[in-house]
Amino acid sequence: MFMKKFMISCEESGHICDKAQYKEASIIEKVKFKFHTLMCAVCRQHSKNNTKLTQLIDSIKGNQLSISEKKELKSSFDKELQKHQ
Amino acid sequence: MSDHKINPNKWIDLYSDYLFNYTITRVNDRAIAQDLVSDTFLAGLKSMKNFKGEASERTWLVSILKRKVIDHYRKINSNKGKAEVRMSYNADSETEGDWLEERVADPFDKTAEDQIENTELASAIDDCLSKLPKKQAQIFEMKTILNYETETICNELEITASNLWVIIHRARTAMAGCLEKNWF
Repeated sequence: MFMKKFMISCEESGHICDKAQYKEASIIEKVKFKFHTLMCAVCRQHSKNNTKLTQLIDSIKGNQLSISEKKELKSSFDKELQKHQ
Repeated sequence: MSDHKINPNKWIDLYSDYLFNYTITRVNDRAIAQDLVSDTFLAGLKSMKNFKGEASERTWLVSILKRKVIDHYRKINSNKGKAEVRMSYNADSETEGDWLEERVADPFDKTAEDQIENTELASAIDDCLSKLPKKQAQIFEMKTILNYETETICNELEITASNLWVIIHRARTAMAGCLEKNWF
């Protein structure tokens, strides 16, 4: 009974792994995931890569334009563009 | 030689992220970087006739941007020469009396190499994003780079949460595969 609840498929494990990248996985999910990765080497590797991807993207985050900044840029550019056409 | 076409309608969507990233690593100030990028697009618009199609649009815009960055540094340098030398070691009262050495930026925090690596990484991520299907790229960007809540994205694009996670999963797998060769 107990074991059955904590056994998850690789598919589900991948889903939890994705959620965890955005800090949206619950504690129970994390326990299930840990338990699964103990047995499953493929998911272990996948989780490693997935975490690395998150780190890489986090490291460039300050260098992006925010949506509002982009909108501002776009509206001022569009004005000039209309004059040209 | 392939002939490159020029089409300013899509400039902002296609190149603003790349150009902004290029600028921010060189001037270290968001407001100035934004101005420079904006100036670049306007200058590009004005001299569109001079575009010969020898390079891609992006390369051409970057070459304009490079000039703008150099001009920016020329300008602040000439201001410096005119102004009187004013040094305020203690801007806030809390740290008053501290030695100057204690206020120097930590050199191990961010080195020039980090900066270069950062620029390369950003453009690699950009390239990989552009290879994804449009919808995947959009959702991945909203979720990962812009930090939108799951609910917000779902409402805006009218998809279910499980739908979103499937798309995120595919996008992440593709991104990891794309970046794997050089960055893992």
